[in-house]
Amino acid sequence: MIHKFKLAGLNIVLDVNSGGVHLIDDLTYDLLDNVEPPFDEKCPANVIDKLSKTYPADEIEECFQEIRELYADGIMFSEDDYEKYALTSVAAPIKSMCLHVSHDCNLRCEYCFASTGDFGGGRMLMDLETGKRAIDFLLKMSANRKLLELDFFGGEPLMNFEVVKQIVAYAREEEKKYDKQIRFTITTNGMLLTEDKMDFINREMSNVVLSIDGRKEVNDRMRKRVDGSGSYDRIVENFKKFVPMRGDKDYYVRGTYTKYNLDFSEDVIHLFEQGFDQISVEPVMADPSMPYAITDGDLPKIFREYEILSEKIAKIRSEGKFINFFHFMLDLDQGPCAIKRLKGCGCGNEYIAVSPDGDIYPCHQFVGIEQFKMGNVCDGSFNYDIKADFAKAHVYTKPECVKCWAKFYCSGGCNANNYLYAGDIHNSYKLACEIQKKRLECAIMMKAVQMMDTAE
Amino acid sequence: MKHIKTINKANLKASAAKGGCGKCQASCQSACKTSCTVANQKCEREA
Repeated sequence: MIHKFKLAGLNIVLDVNSGGVHLIDDLTYDLLDNVEPPFDEKCPANVIDKLSKTYPADEIEECFQEIRELYADGIMFSEDDYEKYALTSVAAPIKSMCLHVSHDCNLRCEYCFASTGDFGGGRMLMDLETGKRAIDFLLKMSANRKLLELDFFGGEPLMNFEVVKQIVAYAREEEKKYDKQIRFTITTNGMLLTEDKMDFINREMSNVVLSIDGRKEVNDRMRKRVDGSGSYDRIVENFKKFVPMRGDKDYYVRGTYTKYNLDFSEDVIHLFEQGFDQISVEPVMADPSMPYAITDGDLPKIFREYEILSEKIAKIRSEGKFINFFHFMLDLDQGPCAIKRLKGCGCGNEYIAVSPDGDIYPCHQFVGIEQFKMGNVCDGSFNYDIKADFAKAHVYTKPECVKCWAKFYCSGGCNANNYLYAGDIHNSYKLACEIQKKRLECAIMMKAVQMMDTAE
Repeated sequence: MKHIKTINKANLKASAAKGGCGKCQASCQSACKTSCTVANQKCEREA
């Protein structure tokens, strides 16, 4: 399978199964519409006839031979032989946890998938004992995995920060007994960030995700305080103080764009201009009946906006400045292995979420959906059948993914979005797929340009 | 080649043979939380 596209004046073809990326001329672009394996020794006469109206016949033959050569080298029209790995390699120990220390929030963001913080189950904070049992569960269930991950999530985790600190202290003692290391991260809206908290987070957390949507009017339209006023002024001040204190530790400012700001490249640039250079801005996932929800009709504008964003980022980099946009990150040579790519995010299998009362769910977006409750860290119950179901939800069991060129980049998409908006974890949520594919084309194009520049 | 320029190592197949060590980060633990983006995660296998 190949995927070819034109972007920023380049013709690009991706060989899906080898990961090969090729820059091609117009002739190759057109020829690839007319030839596919198995190849004859010479270009078929009818193809030469058809294309010779535009290109010289000897050039067509020459180009055909180049395609044949790349096919023989296994980097054009290469075979898909990954399914055997999907059958045997997908089940895995649990090694990542999203710990919901607070099902309460001090903001009332309109688009919140957690029903403005409580996940539909009432406002609640996790107690220390439940947090400790969650750590025990993670250490035990991670089998031979040494490097574990735990994200403090909410609601707003800073509303329960004393418990966060005590859970970290407990985990640091317990991880030694298992000869493991837990990498902590935290996702926060920043309203309650104080210098003390910043110091603790910088000491203990390898990454922080700081929620802010971009321009003040964009942020404040959706990210409101309980009294309806905007959050921008407080959080931008806190984040500006916090980010330089991180030093070389990771962080992201992370926003959500909606139908109200389809010009979201402006928000990315606004965040950059505030001094943030690690930026993620993602489309809102919402019921299409919501006024802010992105719908199919918005796609052309969104596609164009990603192109504009790629141009703006290229310009910033051409001035010698650093900016990283999460969804344009791509390493065409040393990215994750094919097995990781076919497994996907690992939710319900390697990754779980734990609610304040200790209930276990496949991921943070499934929290509160009764049929997906997998057990409880306090009573030790755990449903391995649900884990097995999620382990099997890989690109080869998702019918739309099998035939999609992007399957080794999005890895089957978000299972929660698939369930919530397409009815089943194995169904593809097409709106998200279309946006993902456009982001990938932009990312591949930007990487291709960078690699060409480096080669020169 | 005159018409086609290959710009990367196209090593996805080789990665499968040695892959699956499970050391890499779960993708939602980085900055997604509402989408799945796996290809931008780092490989953490020690050489």
